Amino acid sequence: MQTFDLEAQGLRALNQALHNLKGQQTNETAWEVVNPKGSHAIAVGVDAPVDITVRGSTGYYCAGMNKQATIRVKGSAGPGVAENMMSGTVIIDGDASQYAGATGRGGLLVIKGNAASRCGISMKGIDIVVHGNIGHMSCFMAQSGNILVLGDAGDSLGDSLYEAHLFVRGTVKSLGTDCIEKEMRPEHLAIIADLLKRGEAEHLAKPSDFKRYGSARKLYTFNIDNASSY
Amino acid sequence: MSDFPHTPPKQSWTFSNDVNAEIRRAAATGIYDIRGGGSKRRLPHFDDLLFLGASISRYPLEGYREKCATDVWLGTRFAKKPIHLEIPVTIAGMSFGALSGPAKEALGRGASAAGTSTTTGDGGMTEEERGHSNTLVYQYLPSRYGMNPDDLRRADAIEVVVGQGAKPGGGGMLLGQKISDRVAMMRNLPKGIDQRSACRHPDWTGPDDLEIKIMEIREITDWEKPIYVKIGGARPYYDTALAVKAGADVVVLDGMQGGTAATQDVFIENVGMPILACIPLAVKALQDLGMHRKVQLIVSGGIRTGADVAKAMALGADAVAIGTAALVALGDNDPALEAEYQKLGTTAGAYDDWHEGRDPAGITTQDPELFNRFDPILGGRRLKNYLKVMTLEAQTIARACGKNHLHNLEPEDLCALTIEGAAMAGVPLAGTSWIPGKNGF
Repeated sequence: MQTFDLEAQGLRALNQALHNLKGQQTNETAWEVVNPKGSHAIAVGVDAPVDITVRGSTGYYCAGMNKQATIRVKGSAGPGVAENMMSGTVIIDGDASQYAGATGRGGLLVIKGNAASRCGISMKGIDIVVHGNIGHMSCFMAQSGNILVLGDAGDSLGDSLYEAHLFVRGTVKSLGTDCIEKEMRPEHLAIIADLLKRGEAEHLAKPSDFKRYGSARKLYTFNIDNASSY
Repeated sequence: MSDFPHTPPKQSWTFSNDVNAEIRRAAATGIYDIRGGGSKRRLPHFDDLLFLGASISRYPLEGYREKCATDVWLGTRFAKKPIHLEIPVTIAGMSFGALSGPAKEALGRGASAAGTSTTTGDGGMTEEERGHSNTLVYQYLPSRYGMNPDDLRRADAIEVVVGQGAKPGGGGMLLGQKISDRVAMMRNLPKGIDQRSACRHPDWTGPDDLEIKIMEIREITDWEKPIYVKIGGARPYYDTALAVKAGADVVVLDGMQGGTAATQDVFIENVGMPILACIPLAVKALQDLGMHRKVQLIVSGGIRTGADVAKAMALGADAVAIGTAALVALGDNDPALEAEYQKLGTTAGAYDDWHEGRDPAGITTQDPELFNRFDPILGGRRLKNYLKVMTLEAQTIARACGKNHLHNLEPEDLCALTIEGAAMAGVPLAGTSWIPGKNGF
């Protein structure tokens, strides 16, 4: 286990050390970051199959653009956690602030608490599992990938949605423009079962608890009769 | 009665034929006019300025004998690997998607041969442009189409796009005709749909967030890459100051003449300011912060000639960027294609339906039949020639003003032909010492 004291050693040294692992055959696969104290950009741009545990809460953009790594935050995460993640896994024990998983292209983001507004905004292939609730304008312009919400969703879920799959167990305060409830088919139940398992939530819910939301696809080509929706 | 003189038919200035035609078009189609390019209206511009040249009190440099350097360093503030360009004319961001693959290749070939940089656009980085661009600036846009850390690291600089001159405050748009299989794959979108890009970044708002975002990008790229911030010509004094505060190495400032692949005509023509009005405000912001020349300023929007380059630099820019002019150099709107433009209901010089993907020049299209007409090697050579001519023109003027580097041009070398130009550029009206707005007048 490599233990890195962020307060003493500094952010630049941490990220450089993690970047240096790229393409290396290393035994240093277990990392622990102590004293994060809400710092921004912790463990960003990692591209190695390592396990990183952050012991405390993080500021903006923790695990940004992650590839391959498994990053666990033993606290809460600030805005933009796992933004543009490519692959790997990011698990937040606490809550996540706004923009969690923004534009993520792959991998799995698990938030065991609640996520604030704009969770999954513009997501492009990432899977997101939120054990609690998500805030307003979540999944705005979400393009692809899956989000599973065990709690409730705030206002304007999935506004201007493309082809992402949204699954919510609780209530949805309101749906955004062009987002509708859709039929749950067996392949969707299989996706949910997989997300529950990988999202460490099998004990909390079952696939049949969820409703599916997706794009009505009415904004895909301009039509003057939909002008009020633009 | 026939002996009385008739009042001749009188067209309305307010309801001109053009205006009425647009009203009829709107009534018939129910959709606003979308087009490519920048503002077409007559605007205060570099044409409103003149160089004074040398005289008894200022002596010139010998035209072909004495050195007039043109190089520029970009990103010297924080980046470990700043960029050094041989000429101060760069190629502005234009996306693969808006442009064909061969057109992007030609931009790379021409820019590299001339010793300057190209820029990606709202569609990710293609092998065509990375492979053919010695220096490539990678745009970081609200849509984040194609964004990934590997491309960030193989870029030579990163440009965080906040706005552009054609549409400050607006997002991108690429209509379904141009969303081919390849474009759709790069943007994670279904083929053939109208692609809308957000106008704001998804994971930051405001200058304090921007500062953290820039820091994150620097951390991901190990502080190697220069980071540009591109702004539209909206509030250039404050936007420049805030970009500097947020940690930018370079500010890119785009006036309303700057082009776009596709935006509403009403947006292009009615939002934002001409570049002439923007440059002095941005320079003042840099000077007020003690950062002029430390944070470099690249300006764009209607740059056409070496004279425009020299005027922009005399007003305080470190470099310029060209988009529309580069496309014209490649062959866009060439009168040789007039018969085909006529078939599209337009004429050479006026063709701006770039969003429809039917460009007979093969530049703004994703149709293989059309883009295969375009020769990227010839296009690259034409662009190189044009860039070289612009540079020679700018050097000619600089030598005439007694300057041994384009960066030594200064406002004192200029006068204005119009009151508007004098007021915006902050230089005297020709033949007077009057700068409108200065000294209480």
